[in-house]
Amino acid sequence: MTVTERAHDGTDAAGGSTAPSASLNQYSSGYGYSTAGSALGQERRGDRPRGGRGRGVSAVLAGAILPIALLAAWWAISASGIVPAYRLPSPPDVWNTGVALAAEGRLGQDIAISTQRVLIGFVIGSVVGLVLGSLVGLSRWASRLAAPTIGGFRAVPSLAWVPLLVLYLGINEDSKITLIAIGALFPVYTTVAGALRHVDPHLVEVGRAYGMTRVELLTRVQLPAVIPTVVSGLRLALAQAWLFLVAAELIASSMGLGFLLVESQNNGRIDRIFVAIIVLAVLGKTTDALIGLLEKYLLKRWG
Amino acid sequence: MSITTVSERTAVPALPVSVRGVGRTFAGSNGQAARRVLRGIDLEIEPGEIIAMIGPSGCGKSTLLRQISGLDAPTEGSIAIADTAVTGIDLRCAVAFQEPRLLPWRSIERNVAVGLPRGTDSAAGAERVTELIDLVGLEGSKQLRPRQVSGGMAQRASLARALARGPGVLVLDEPFGALDALTRLRMQDLLLDIHAAEPATIVLVTHDVDEALYLADRIVLLGQVDGAEGSTIRRILTVPGTRPRDRGDATLAGLRADLLEGLGVHSYHASTPHASSPHSGSPHASSPHGGDAANGDPTSSGDSDSTSPRTRTVAAPDGAASTTKDPR
Repeated sequence: MTVTERAHDGTDAAGGSTAPSASLNQYSSGYGYSTAGSALGQERRGDRPRGGRGRGVSAVLAGAILPIALLAAWWAISASGIVPAYRLPSPPDVWNTGVALAAEGRLGQDIAISTQRVLIGFVIGSVVGLVLGSLVGLSRWASRLAAPTIGGFRAVPSLAWVPLLVLYLGINEDSKITLIAIGALFPVYTTVAGALRHVDPHLVEVGRAYGMTRVELLTRVQLPAVIPTVVSGLRLALAQAWLFLVAAELIASSMGLGFLLVESQNNGRIDRIFVAIIVLAVLGKTTDALIGLLEKYLLKRWG
Repeated sequence: MSITTVSERTAVPALPVSVRGVGRTFAGSNGQAARRVLRGIDLEIEPGEIIAMIGPSGCGKSTLLRQISGLDAPTEGSIAIADTAVTGIDLRCAVAFQEPRLLPWRSIERNVAVGLPRGTDSAAGAERVTELIDLVGLEGSKQLRPRQVSGGMAQRASLARALARGPGVLVLDEPFGALDALTRLRMQDLLLDIHAAEPATIVLVTHDVDEALYLADRIVLLGQVDGAEGSTIRRILTVPGTRPRDRGDATLAGLRADLLEGLGVHSYHASTPHASSPHSGSPHASSPHGGDAANGDPTSSGDSDSTSPRTRTVAAPDGAASTTKDPR
């Protein structure tokens, strides 16, 4: 596996550096980029309505202005030769690298493993955060008992856990997923606990006056009241999960986008670094947009 | 926490409420001294009666109301509904507050359904909700969310929710206090319509003397007496005449002046009224709408200057309940 990878690397590097094939690639990459641009536009469109401003084509176009301008500027700078290609690869080069990585199956695999880690870690972290947050937010007793301790754990910079996790769990999926879960836990915990503490006491009193039991009060009044806040907590948690994913993969891994980054850094493959960064941006934005859709639905239902 | 024997039918007869020697002292927190809010409250409320409680801000009216519904407990004395002591949230009572307090994520219809007694089967519940929504005139808005309707409509929904379980006692804490003047007048008439359709004993707190005079059979004036700490009943006034009352009635004007003086507001009314005394003993309808047996219960009427409800004379049964329909 690694052997074939290396071989591909070699050919790619050769292709990228020699002038003829680069110019040959220019054409296909030009087309390639326009489709990439529209794919980005799609992504934006899907993302916009979450903010509530996504009405009409104009909003989509407005959202696309900056990415297009950025791309144009990048292209212009790299084409002008002010910055040498080994410091700033051109958009077509990056595109070609991406296509090549995808063709050899490496990119897909990295994306799959990274997404899997993020999702598993995110789900575990969110569930634990939700449970802890509910306990601390609803029970004064639990709050007094546990809140200071949880606050203490939260105060530990999460990367400080890495050495311990690696020692305890080894360099494997468990340690990475645990780190990501830790990253996702605290935003959910903090928002849920805070929101439950501040549910309108008037509404809670209504629930009591109408004879709701403790459980009914929780499911019919308190949880619905905090759903919007919980979703924003989940959103923060997801962003944290991607952050910790890259951290985990940068430190110790043999697959994934973080590994692609660190490996490319070691090999001086700046074009691959760009590919990894762009893929991370797109993935992060896509998952965020999905949560945005969930949020929209929940707000419609409970907001 | 509370009784869960709720298999009542929709129409539960109005229930009497006895308040006996009730006092409430709030324990001091953070080094503050304990604060006595209520003391020595004695009040017998007849079934189907409308009682308005009035008094200066902070005199404990709302506290007394919360105690009747079981949201708060007295530190002295006891409260009983139909001879059963109130301990904890009492489901024979339904409460509506100054704010509608609807759940913002539920439609008006589903908010009203919150008030249904536990274990109501869904078909019967839906029928009851529709009936109540019609009663409070929200047919066209039942699918809307609370934030999509006006304050008056939200308050109607809140009333419908309170009625959903067919309460024996309806407890209203300044129900129309946050509404504009015109909506408030309409809601007062609505409340009288509701009282006719869904007989319940109504205890309401209000700041509005006119509202009290328009709605109530008796008005309870709470306040401090002789500078002693904690409010108690200063006067109980029986409002003469049958409902619907003329808002501009001269007798009521006298009582209004009397009540305003009692609240420490100068009324500049021409004749200092003790005009209420002639009404003692004169029977009057507890409800102008008549027709329902629960409304025909004996209604108190009595000397309006009495400071103790026990001195009240009980009038003849309201056999001659007027068949007058609400003109509005």
